[in-house]
Amino acid sequence: MLEQEIDLKKRRFLTNATSVVGAVGVGFVAWPFLSTWLPSARAKAAGAPVDVDITKLEPGQLVRVLWRKKPVWIFRRDASTIAALKTLDSELLDPDNQEDQQPVYAKNKHRSIKAEVAVIVGVCTHLGCSPTYRPELGAADLGGDSWKGGFYCPCHGSKFDLAGRVYKGAPAPTNLVIPPHHFVSDSLIRIGVDQKAS
Amino acid sequence: MDNNKSWIDQRFPLTKVWNEHLAEYYTPRNFNFWYFFGSLAMLVLVMQIMTGIFLTMHFKPDEANAFASVEYIMRDVNWGWLIRYLHSTGASAFFIVIYLHMFRALLYGSYKAPRELIWILGMVLYIALMAEAFMGYVLPWGQMSYWGAQVIISLFGSVPFIGPDLLVWILGDYAVGDPALNRFFALHVIALPLILVVLVFLHIVALHTVGSNNPDGIEIKENKDKDGIPKDGIPFHPYYSVKDIVGVVVFLMIFSSIVFFAPALNGYFLEHANFIEANPLKTPDHIAPLWYLTPFYSVLRAIPPMFGSQFPGVVGMFAALLILLALPWLDRSKVKSIRYRSWPYKVALGIFVISFIVLGWLGMEPVTPINSLLAKIFTVTYFGFFVLMPWFTSIGKTKEVPARVTE
Repeated sequence: MLEQEIDLKKRRFLTNATSVVGAVGVGFVAWPFLSTWLPSARAKAAGAPVDVDITKLEPGQLVRVLWRKKPVWIFRRDASTIAALKTLDSELLDPDNQEDQQPVYAKNKHRSIKAEVAVIVGVCTHLGCSPTYRPELGAADLGGDSWKGGFYCPCHGSKFDLAGRVYKGAPAPTNLVIPPHHFVSDSLIRIGVDQKAS
Repeated sequence: MDNNKSWIDQRFPLTKVWNEHLAEYYTPRNFNFWYFFGSLAMLVLVMQIMTGIFLTMHFKPDEANAFASVEYIMRDVNWGWLIRYLHSTGASAFFIVIYLHMFRALLYGSYKAPRELIWILGMVLYIALMAEAFMGYVLPWGQMSYWGAQVIISLFGSVPFIGPDLLVWILGDYAVGDPALNRFFALHVIALPLILVVLVFLHIVALHTVGSNNPDGIEIKENKDKDGIPKDGIPFHPYYSVKDIVGVVVFLMIFSSIVFFAPALNGYFLEHANFIEANPLKTPDHIAPLWYLTPFYSVLRAIPPMFGSQFPGVVGMFAALLILLALPWLDRSKVKSIRYRSWPYKVALGIFVISFIVLGWLGMEPVTPINSLLAKIFTVTYFGFFVLMPWFTSIGKTKEVPARVTE
C-alpha cells in the first residue's frame, strides 16, 4: 500500500474512539474496586442505635458509650451547671447554635432534650481527638476562676463548655456534635434515632 | 565464563546495563560526605522490605488481634524483637537519610536544570514514603496508632462539601476501626512499596540520563577527553561503590547502637503511648505524630480555622509539602552550588533550615500560647523562603564558577 493511500484522519478518529471507549471501560471496572472501600453491610449493622440506661447517673457523673465507634458522652448536669451555661455567651464562638451541629430538638441553650441530661458526641470538631472531661470549677490550667467546667482537648487545646459549645480562640471551628437521640422512657436513651416530631 | 556472558548478552543486555550504570557510568570525582545518603536510602529501603516481609508472617491486621500480635512478635517469636526494632528504627533512619539527601540538593542546587525531573520524582518518593510511614505506624494498634490515624484521617473530613463522605469512604466505617486497619495494612505492605520501588527505579534512570551534580555544581560532561569520557569523571564502580561501603559501615554502627540500646529513642522513634492498646474512648493526654511529620503538623496547627472550617490549615499543610515541587523554577540563580552563591541565598537557606527544625520541634510539643506564636512566625518564614526565592536568588554577587571541579 502506498503512503498516500493511508487515511490519517480516519486513523486518528479510530484511535480516539478506541481510547474513549477504553477509558469508559476502565471507569466501570474501577467502580467495584472503589466501592469496596465504602462501609460493608457488617460495618453498617454495627452502626445501629445504642440504648443507654441513665437510672444510676449521678449529677456531674459522665458515662461514655460507643456509637458508630465514636465515643458518646452522657452526663447529668445539676441546677448550678445549667445556670452557668447562660453566663458564658460572650466567651463562646457560637452560643446560639447557628451552625448545624445538632438536631432541631437540641437547638437551645443547654443543647439537649432535657436540660439536666446531656448527650454529646465526644469527638473534637477540630481533628477528631476525644476531649477530656474537666468538670471542676476554676481549674488553674484552664483559665482559673473563669472556668465553669467543660471539656479540654489535649491534642490541640480546644475548650468546650458543659453543653459542648466551643470557646472563642480555640482551633476547633464549631460546637461539638449532638447525635440523633430520644428518650424511650424517662431513664432510657436511644442514640442513633431521632426524636419523633411531637 | 565469557561464553556464558555472550550467551546471556545475546538474550539480555547484561554487560550493557552493567557498563552503563556502574563500570562506565562516570561520576564527578569530587563527591563529599553529603553524597553518601542516596545509596544509604537504597540500603534502608531494602532493609525495610526484608524486615517487613518477615513481620508480615507474624502480624495480624485485625482490630482485636493486631496489638497482641505485635507483642507476640516481641516476646514469643525467635528474634522477633530484633526484626521489629530493625523495622521501626529503619523507618526513622529512612527519614534522617532522606532529609540529609534533600538538604544536599539544596546545598548544591541539584534540583536545577537539567535535573528538575530527578527532583520531582524524588519529591513524589518522599510524599509516598510519608504515607507509607504513617500507615505503618497505625498497624501496631497502640494509642498513638489509633489517635494519630484519627487526626490525620480527619484532615480529609474538612474538605468542603464532600469531606464527611470522603472520610467514611477512606475509613470504611464511621470511625477508625477494623476496616481502616485492614486496608492500611494492604496499602503498607503491597501498594505503596510497589510504588516506592518503581519511583526509585525512575529516579535513578533520570539521574543516570543527566549524570550526577557535584559540590561545585559543574556539568562534568562539558569537559570531555578525546575518548568522550568526562575529564572530571571516574567510573561509579569500583570508585564510589567502594567509597559508599565506608558510609554503609558508619551508618550501620550508629543504626545498630539505636536498635540494640535505645530502640524507642526516648519516645522519638516509638512513642510511649503506643505501648498501650488503642482505646477509642480515651485520647492520650498528649498526642503528636512521629518526628518526621511534625514540621507539617506544626503548619497545620499554626493556621487558625477560617469561615467555620479547619480546611485552610489542611491546605496550608499540603501547600508546605507541595511547594517544594516548584523549587527548580523558583530558583533564578545562575550558579548551582552554595560555594559560588551570593550571600542572600546563604542567609535564606539558613533561615529555612532553622524554620524547618523549629517547626519540627514545635509539632512534638503541647499547644501553649507561646508555642502557637512561634509556630505562626516560623510558618511565615518557611513559606517566605519559597515566595521570596525568585527575588533573593537574583540579587547579590555570585562568585565565578571554575571550569573544572576543585580539589
